Amino acid sequence: MDNKISTVGKVQTQSVKFEDRFILESGKQLEGFEMVFETYGNLNQDKTNAILICHALSGNHHAAGYYEKSDERKGWWDNLIGPGKAIDTDKYFVVSPNNLGGCHGTTGPASVNPKTNEVYGPDFPVITVLDWVNCQALLTDYLDIKIWHSVIGGSLGGMQALKWAMVYPERINKAGVIAAAPKLSAQNIAFNEVARQAIITDPDYQEGHYLKAGKSPKRGLRLARMVGHITYLSEEAMRDKFGRELKEGKLGFGFDVEFEVESYLRYQGDIFSENFDANTYLLMTKLLDYFDPADKHNGDLVKAFEPIKAQVLVIAFTSDWRFSPERSKEISNALLEANKNVSYLEIESTHGHDSFLFSEDRYVNAIKAFLGNNQ
Amino acid sequence: MSTLSVIENWIEDNNKVLDLGCGDGEILFELKKTKNINSLGVEIEEKNIEECLLKNINVIEQDIDDGLDNFSSDSFDVVILSQTIQVLKNPNTALEEITRIGKTSIVTIPNFGHWKSRLSLLIKGRMPVTSPLPESWYGTPNIHLCTLSDFEILCSELSITVEERVTVNSYNENKWYLSFWPNLLSASAIYKISR
Repeated sequence: MDNKISTVGKVQTQSVKFEDRFILESGKQLEGFEMVFETYGNLNQDKTNAILICHALSGNHHAAGYYEKSDERKGWWDNLIGPGKAIDTDKYFVVSPNNLGGCHGTTGPASVNPKTNEVYGPDFPVITVLDWVNCQALLTDYLDIKIWHSVIGGSLGGMQALKWAMVYPERINKAGVIAAAPKLSAQNIAFNEVARQAIITDPDYQEGHYLKAGKSPKRGLRLARMVGHITYLSEEAMRDKFGRELKEGKLGFGFDVEFEVESYLRYQGDIFSENFDANTYLLMTKLLDYFDPADKHNGDLVKAFEPIKAQVLVIAFTSDWRFSPERSKEISNALLEANKNVSYLEIESTHGHDSFLFSEDRYVNAIKAFLGNNQ
Repeated sequence: MSTLSVIENWIEDNNKVLDLGCGDGEILFELKKTKNINSLGVEIEEKNIEECLLKNINVIEQDIDDGLDNFSSDSFDVVILSQTIQVLKNPNTALEEITRIGKTSIVTIPNFGHWKSRLSLLIKGRMPVTSPLPESWYGTPNIHLCTLSDFEILCSELSITVEERVTVNSYNENKWYLSFWPNLLSASAIYKISR
């Protein structure tokens, strides 16, 4: 089947309300929350074909298909999820939630706090990857799935898959940890901090109460996205895509958009600032900074991985400098040392960190083989 | 007796086995079936890696020449290096490394002292192109070929003990006549070594 054409088609967002008090890793709690998600494909009778998709930093539950036929943008992982694709919806029941703290339907900073009847805003508690995994476990129960066939994700999504294998070893058979890192480097955190400062110092941020003030820190969000986007691409990808092409064909000796790359970044920043909540962005970058599965084991990743029972596939991309192959090797080597079932692949790709979103043949085939090999 | 059955004989049930340069994972796949081993392959060829995944063989994409220090000492019961040593940049380092990682190691090598190779060089005066070593000198990945004697001398220089050796002919069979002059008559040899 043609990978580019096949699609799960029109999809609908589903929603579930968890009424019980939810205790966070920080010790703070939420009086219940709502979670939106999408599903693709059909759950088999013995419920053994369910795959959980974990989204990355600015992702959401819309991973595949479209809402309206006219939608130009399909789900963020439509390259990989669909009939006959890497994550084959003819074989698997695919579940893709929007994580807690998000801004696309799941309870987050832009939701109303039932205690105060006001928008949470900056008062929404800081959450962690463990909290996300625990939320996803509630969704797992709600869907009556005992064991995930696989949990899979790229970047921050891969970190969730890893955490799943650590925290719920009995509930996951396979983990796909793609373009991830065992924890952020100082450089990674630095980029996140620049993004956060861009938002916080925007006068429209209003100390986080911008919704109440009827404002939106779009300039800050835009800058945050622009800086983030640079880290998602490789130098080579940028050179290939934009080179030093001038929009008008000649230098303008000014500060308007001149180079194609400037135009691209501004465009990306604009779209993002219209569609993303600033407090959610702050929250999710913080969550990424905090991720460190070895922190309760004195930094010993091998010890931290001890509970894992799942078969793990670690994939890195050669041109990814945000989470380079070296970082993925840290994960796979610690899994080896802990005597776990692990495979490691380093895939040649020019798309930088974003490579995990593309359908490179080798990447697609590897995931397909890994998911389908348990006979 | 084929190479695979020799290797099989030297491996115990439930052993933890690392196959360096595991190819499409065939050896590990068979050993999983017959010996219920805990298996891991290391490979660099993309197609082979995919084959391993399809066979449900855990595989690490890694170049042996870049080092093996991500594997800790004595972490495997058996390390296999099958028909791989001759393509490595540093066969001696690899031998030291595999005997560090594995409690025992199994190495199979093509014998460059085989009579066909000797004859080709002697009569034709050209680098041998034989069925086990089919590539021309300029295109061959086999940059460090050796004879059985060469291999055994290197082992002793590295204080590596050759525990067992089985030689086979070009048809991969262990025949009685090979023992008359193994270094001349065998096409390949399978060694069990340790340090």
